Amino acid sequence: MTKSERFSWFHFSSPNTFYPLAGTLQPWFAAIAALLCVVGLYISFFVAPTDAQQGEAYRIIFIHVPAAWMSMFLYLVMGFWSGVGLVLNTRLASMVATALAPTGAWFTFIALWTGALWGKPTWGTWWVWDARLTSELILLFLYIGFMALQAAIDDPRRADKAGAVLALVGVINVPIIYFSVKWWSTLHQGASVSMKSAPSMATTMLIGMLIMALGFWMYSIAAVLARVRCVILERERHTEWVMKEVGGQA
Amino acid sequence: MIRALGWVLRRDLLLAFRRQGDVANALVFFVIVVSLFPLGVGPEASQLRNMAPGVLWVAALLACMLSLARLFAPDHQDGTLEQMLLAGEPLVILVMGKVISHWLVSGLPLVLMAPLLGLQFDLPRDALAVLCVSLLIGTPVLSLIGAVGAALTLGVRGSGLLVALLVLPLFVPVLIFGAGSVAATAAGTGAEAHLLLLGGFLTLAFVLAPWASAAALRIAME
Repeated sequence: MTKSERFSWFHFSSPNTFYPLAGTLQPWFAAIAALLCVVGLYISFFVAPTDAQQGEAYRIIFIHVPAAWMSMFLYLVMGFWSGVGLVLNTRLASMVATALAPTGAWFTFIALWTGALWGKPTWGTWWVWDARLTSELILLFLYIGFMALQAAIDDPRRADKAGAVLALVGVINVPIIYFSVKWWSTLHQGASVSMKSAPSMATTMLIGMLIMALGFWMYSIAAVLARVRCVILERERHTEWVMKEVGGQA
Repeated sequence: MIRALGWVLRRDLLLAFRRQGDVANALVFFVIVVSLFPLGVGPEASQLRNMAPGVLWVAALLACMLSLARLFAPDHQDGTLEQMLLAGEPLVILVMGKVISHWLVSGLPLVLMAPLLGLQFDLPRDALAVLCVSLLIGTPVLSLIGAVGAALTLGVRGSGLLVALLVLPLFVPVLIFGAGSVAATAAGTGAEAHLLLLGGFLTLAFVLAPWASAAALRIAME
C-alpha cells in the first residue's frame, strides 16, 4: 500500500477510521456550542435592548430564528450527503444523512413551537397560516417522512438509498413548496402580518442572533457526530473492530 | 422504445379492465369523500361554493394516493417487475407507461366526475370548466410524484400509510394552484397564471419523476 503514506480525505470515509475521529472532534464541537449558546443567551436576555413595539416577548426570536435557519440548512446538508452516498456509494455519507434527520426535525419543531409562543403575545394567536409557518410545517412533514421511510426498511443499505432518493426529491421540492405557499398566503390574507415592515434590528440584537445561530450550528455538528457514532456501532456490530471497541463479547 | 411503452400501456389497461372493481373503488371513494363535506359543515350554498375547490381537490389527492398501491405492488408480487428490470428496454420508459396507465385508470375518471360533484356544490359554469382543466393538468402530476413514493415503499412494512406520509407533502404545490385556479375564477381574477404554473409542474414532474421512480425501483429490487 503506497497510497496510504499520503494523507487523503478518503482516509476518513470508512466507518472504522471515522469513528475515532468523530469521537475526538465531538466534545470540542459540544464545548464550542455550549460556550456560544451561553454567550448568545446572555446577550439576548441581558444585553440586547427591549424592543419598542414588542416588549420583552421579542427575545424568543434569538432561539426561533436560528432554529428556523438550521432547520432549512440541515435539510440541504442532508440532501447533499444523501446525494454523495447515492453517487459514490459510500456508506458513511448515508449514515451522516440518517444522523442529520432527527436534529433537523427537532430544529423544525423548535422553530414552530417558539414561533407559536412568540405569536401569542405579538399577533394574538398561536398559529396563522402564514407562508413561513406553513412551509416550515411542511418541512417538518418531509423530515418525518424521511425518518419513517428509513425506519420502515429493514435492510440498512436499501434504507440508505431509498432515503437518499426521497431527500433529493425533497430538496428539489422545498423551494417549489416555499414559493407556492408564499403566493398562496398572499392571495388569501391581507398584509396584517408582515415581518418586512418591522424596523431594522439593533446591532446587539443581530450579534446575539448570529452567535446563537453559530452555537446551534456547532451543536448540530456535535449531535450529528454523536449520533453517527451510534449508527456506525449498530451497523458494523458484526465487524472485528467494533467487537474490540466495545469490549468484545461475541 | 415506443413499442415498449405501448406494450406496458396495453397490458396495464387490460389488467385494469379485467379488474373493474379496483378502478371503480377509487372513483366511489372520491364521490363519497366529497359528499361527506356538506354533511359535516352544513348545506349553506354560499359556504359550499367557497369550499368546493379545496374539497374537490383534496378528495382527488386522496383518491389518487390510495390507488398508488396498485401501481407497482401487484407486479412486484408476481415477479413481473423483476422481468421488466431485466428487459432490454429502458426502465424509465416502462415506468412512464405504468404511470400513464395509472393516470388513465385513476386520474381521468376523477376529471370526468368532478363537474358533476361541482354542480352539487353550486359552482358557476366557468368555475366548473376551470376545475376540469386544472384536474386534467394536475392529476398527472399526482400520478408522477406518487409513482416515486410507491416505488420507494415497495414491499415495505405498512407501505400504505407510509406512502401517504411521503407523498402528501409533495402534493402541496399542486393542491395550492389546482384549488387556487378554481377559486380565482370564482373570484373573477382569471385562472391563467395558476394553470400555467400547473403546466410547469407537469413538465418538471414529467422530466424528473420517471427517473426518480426508476432509481427507486432498482433500489427496491436489489
